[in-house]
Amino acid sequence: MSAETAIAEGATSPDLLGPIPGGGEAQLTVEHLTMRFGGLVAIDDVSFQAADARITAIIGPNGAGKTTVFNCLTGFYKPTVGRLALHHPKGEFLLERIEGFRTAQAAGVARTFQNIRLFPRMTVLENLIVAQHNKLMRASGYTVLGLFGLKRYREAEEKAVELARYWLDRTLLTKAADQEAGNLPYGDQRRLEVARAMCTEPVLLCLDEPAAGLNPRESQVLNELLLFIRDEHKMGILLIEHDMSVVMGISDHIVVLDYGRKISDGTPEQVRNDPAVIRAYLGEDEEDEPAGETAAGPESAAREGEERDA
Amino acid sequence: MQNTFAYFLDQLINGLTLGSIYGLIAIGYTMVYGIIGMINFAHGEIFMIGAFISIITFLILGLAGITWVPLALLIVLIAAMVFTSIYGWALERVAYRPLRGSPRLAALITAIGMSIFLQNYVQLLQSARNKPMQPVISGGVEVMRDGDYVVSLGFMQGIIIVLTIVLMVIFSLMIARTTLGRAQRACEQDRDMAALIGVNVDRTISLTFVIGATLASVAGMMFLLYYGVIDFFIGFLAGIKAFTAAVLGGIGSLPGAMLGGLLIGLIEAFWSGYFTVEYKDVAAFSILVLVLIFRPSGLLGKPDIEKV
Repeated sequence: MSAETAIAEGATSPDLLGPIPGGGEAQLTVEHLTMRFGGLVAIDDVSFQAADARITAIIGPNGAGKTTVFNCLTGFYKPTVGRLALHHPKGEFLLERIEGFRTAQAAGVARTFQNIRLFPRMTVLENLIVAQHNKLMRASGYTVLGLFGLKRYREAEEKAVELARYWLDRTLLTKAADQEAGNLPYGDQRRLEVARAMCTEPVLLCLDEPAAGLNPRESQVLNELLLFIRDEHKMGILLIEHDMSVVMGISDHIVVLDYGRKISDGTPEQVRNDPAVIRAYLGEDEEDEPAGETAAGPESAAREGEERDA
Repeated sequence: MQNTFAYFLDQLINGLTLGSIYGLIAIGYTMVYGIIGMINFAHGEIFMIGAFISIITFLILGLAGITWVPLALLIVLIAAMVFTSIYGWALERVAYRPLRGSPRLAALITAIGMSIFLQNYVQLLQSARNKPMQPVISGGVEVMRDGDYVVSLGFMQGIIIVLTIVLMVIFSLMIARTTLGRAQRACEQDRDMAALIGVNVDRTISLTFVIGATLASVAGMMFLLYYGVIDFFIGFLAGIKAFTAAVLGGIGSLPGAMLGGLLIGLIEAFWSGYFTVEYKDVAAFSILVLVLIFRPSGLLGKPDIEKV
């Protein structure tokens, strides 16, 4: 059955019928997500669920389509096929129908990028306050009333600073509050990105390789931060990560993609032992290989090599 | 006579007046460049439209019998700001937004096209003749006297300089302190990321054009009151000068635009005063060339350092 007919008939993907590996209630339901760029199929009929108050990791070799999934979720791409349902306290949002900036504004999906995308010439504190833009914009009567020092606006601004201070404290950045964000050390910038995403008060946090380029100590601090967000704020976190110590250490649920297809879905324990995952990451033994897939082994291995270089 | 301090002071006052007008226009160039990375060559025409809306409003007020000068000035100021900002908004909405994401050259050529269009639009509606206006504000205060050479600060000049300072203070506070200003700086630094934290980027860009047009309209009104004559072509040279000012100060930098405006005004005034009036534009542009050779990112611009 092709993806199109499945949608037309309203069929739920068979993977989604059981409980979510790792437990929890569904926060995000991705069904039959397909993204084509011309002839290239970047994501091919991927379905999975991410639970609230759980950490769901999306892993896979380079070029597997992980970031493309994020781009579909956050409105950068419009999926060719698929239904992306976010279960929000305010109701259900279909993310594939929401225009770019409203994904954050209305649906409450926050995201970070592989490369750091802070506002480098704003201070650390300002980075966190601009993330609360919509709240402040409403309170200030679209800036006009704010100019006259309206009480409601001053209160809203105080609250915004309070929230920013809370996250500065959690991310160990309080001392750096008045520095320009671009001048922070790399590890601090990474944590500031997470803090900024949390300041948008999201329901789902999407982190694209938050541990990339961190040393083991910094990545340990990041792990603790993510666990804190999961446990204390009951926030669903969707994580793309290559660093297996992070993935295996903190994820509740792992989805593995390869060549745009989902090849495995389960708890870290299940995924670690899944032969399909081992094949994708390490390549196959020549002898065990089925006749038709001779090329797959060395190529996957080569990709694994590139990944390490990157 | 040229060696006296009085003469110097006279040129300084002229330069500051002229520089204020250039500075207000230059802010529009630099803001738009900062946020969408294009040179809005039609911005000079927005200034010209501001001057035309002012003269039309003065005529209407004259017919309506409102002749108390402070009230008339206030009404003209508000009318010029409101109607010119509508032009600024429409310009972005009609000509630039559909081209967002297309190559820079397309936007640049469209801007030049809009500049020509707006000139012809005003020429057709208002005819190509010069539009003179009776001086509304005359007189001034004597600043100093050196023999029979009297230096005076005209009331008009005083109003221009003070109004410019007030507007620039309000504007700087707005960018530094308000929610809108923060959103604007966020869009300037990373537009996609700003959208991801929920900033409405299209609306922020529209507001940037509106603010730029508002400041240009004030410059247009001051130009009209100061020189007492306008035509459909004044936007061209004033626009080029203001653009030069923005580049001189460092395009993208707001204090740079103000500083650049003042410098261009002062250079022109002093060159005219001490050398020849004919070559004042040459002087202004030569200084620009020199600055760009030795400081390519302008006086207050931050050089682009690419991290490897």
